[in-house]
Amino acid sequence: MNDQLYQERIVALAKAKTGAGKLAAPTKSARRDNPLCGDRVTIDVRLDEGGRIAELAHQVRGCLLCQASASALASVAVGSKAADIERLRLDAERAVGREEGEAREPFSAFAPVKAHKSRQDCVLLPFEALKEALS
Amino acid sequence: MSFEVAAVRRQFPILSAAIDGKPVHYLDNGASAQTPEAVLDAVRTYETTARANVLRGVHRLAERATEAYENARAEVAGFLSVAPDEVVFTGGCTAAINLVAFSYGSLLQAGDRIILSELEHHSNIVPWQLLRQRHGVEIDVIPVTVAGRIDLNALPRLLTERTKLISLAHVSNVTGALLDVHAVVTLARTVGAKVMLDGAQRIPHGPVDVPALGVDFYVFAGHKAYGPNGIGALWARPEHLAAMPPFHGGGSMIGRVTFAETTWAEPPRRFEAGTPPIGPAIGLGAACTWMRGLDWKGAHAHEMALVERVMDGLQKIDGAQLFGPPGLQSRYPVVSFTLDGVHPHDVAQTLDSFGVAVRAGHHCCQPLMDRFDLDGTTRVSLAPYNDESDIDALLTGVEHAARMLR
Repeated sequence: MNDQLYQERIVALAKAKTGAGKLAAPTKSARRDNPLCGDRVTIDVRLDEGGRIAELAHQVRGCLLCQASASALASVAVGSKAADIERLRLDAERAVGREEGEAREPFSAFAPVKAHKSRQDCVLLPFEALKEALS
Repeated sequence: MSFEVAAVRRQFPILSAAIDGKPVHYLDNGASAQTPEAVLDAVRTYETTARANVLRGVHRLAERATEAYENARAEVAGFLSVAPDEVVFTGGCTAAINLVAFSYGSLLQAGDRIILSELEHHSNIVPWQLLRQRHGVEIDVIPVTVAGRIDLNALPRLLTERTKLISLAHVSNVTGALLDVHAVVTLARTVGAKVMLDGAQRIPHGPVDVPALGVDFYVFAGHKAYGPNGIGALWARPEHLAAMPPFHGGGSMIGRVTFAETTWAEPPRRFEAGTPPIGPAIGLGAACTWMRGLDWKGAHAHEMALVERVMDGLQKIDGAQLFGPPGLQSRYPVVSFTLDGVHPHDVAQTLDSFGVAVRAGHHCCQPLMDRFDLDGTTRVSLAPYNDESDIDALLTGVEHAARMLR
C-alpha cells in the first residue's frame, strides 16, 4: 500500500484546527469555492490600524489537505500584511512543487502533495480566500 | 448463456493490466466504464479498413464507413427496441440533453413549465436553466426522500396545464435509486406533459425496452456503457423529432442550401450537423451488441450480490453511513456513503493507495448535496466485471481511512 499523502504532519495540522471558527467582528471576510471538488473556505480577518492581521479565523468545508492548509496559515498569519501573505503562499506553492525553491515551516509539511496534482488546489484554496479578504 | 464473472473480466484488457505495478479495483463505473476487446476491435477495424467520411463519398471506403455508421445506429436502436431512424448520435449524454432543451425547448412558450428533480445531474439541470433564460420557461423541482428517491408523492401538486415536460434520471448516479417510470408517465399524461429519461446510469446494466416505458425522449452516454468517449445517443418519438428544428447547423443536416433559404434534412440527419464522431459511434454500436450478448439476469444478480456485500461491509465500519435506498429493491449497483469526520476526497485518495478507484465529491449533483447538507459522498459504482476481491479491497481501504483519518 502506498499511503504517502496523509503523513502524520499533515494529519496533525488538520486535527489541530488552529484558527477554526468565526470572528465576532471581522474587518473583512471572503469565501472561495473550488468548483471542481466543492471545497469551500470562508476566512474572517480583523485588521489593526496598520493594516496587519490582528486575528484570523477560518471555516473549511473541505478535505483534510484544505483543513491542514487553513490551520497552517492561521498559525503564522497574525501580524502579516497582504505582501507577507504572498510570501507564505510562495512557501505553500514551493511545498507542492508549483514553484522552485525550498518551502519553510509550516508549509514544508505539504511536500507529499507534489505527487498529487489534482489535490494541489486544495492546499492553495485558503490562500485564495485570504487574498480576497485582504483585497 | 450463463454469467461467469471471470469470463467477462477476460474481455477487458485494462482489468488485467498493472497500474503502477498492481491491478486496479475499478469501482468508478458510474463515471466511466471500461471497454471490452469487442469495442476496441470494432473501432480498430473501422480505422484500419473503412476510415473515411460518411454520407458523402462514393468510393468504397466511404461506402464502408457509411454502412458501419448506420449499422451502429441499428445496433443502438435494437438495444432500445426502437427504430434506427429514431436514434440520433450526439457527442454524449450532456449533448443529447442540450439538443432536446434547445430544439424541443424552442417549441415551448414563455410561462410553460418543466419539472426536474432534486437529484438530477447538473447536465439535466443547467440546459433547462439556459432555456429558462432564453425562453422564459419555468422550472419546478420534485423533492427527494430521505432514502434518496425522487418523491413521486409530491409530483401531482407540481403538475399544471402549463407543464410540458418532465425530465428525470432513470437511475440516480448518486443513490442508484430506480425511477418508477410507470407512475411518472401515468401522471404526466393527465396534463399532456412529455417525459424524458436520462438513462446514463441505467443503460450500462442491460437493454431497455423504451417503447414499453411510454416515455417521449431517452438519452444516454457511450463511455458509461462500455463504449468510447465522445458519443451518446438520443431517442425521441418520431413525431417529436419531426417537429423539432435543428440544434446545430452545418453539413449533412440540410435538404438544400441557398443564401435565401435553407431546408432541413429529415431526422435523424437533421440533428447530426457536420462530420459525426464515426469511430466512437461504431464503438458504441459494438458496445450495445456486446451488452446484448450478456446474460443480464445473471449479471444483475451478481451486481446486486456485490452491492449487498458493500452495504453489509460498510455497516460494520465505525463512522460509515450509507446514503441512499436502505435495501436492494428498485435500485441499480451504485452505493454512496460518508465517513464521519473524513472528507470524501480523503476517503477516495486513501482508497487509491489501496488500488481502489472510486468517485468522491458532489457527483455533479450539488442541489442533492445541499438538500442533505453534505460536502459530498464517496461513491462505489459497479459493473458486471467487478468481483468480490474488488469489494474486499474497498472495505479494507475504508477501514484504514476510518482508523487513520478520523
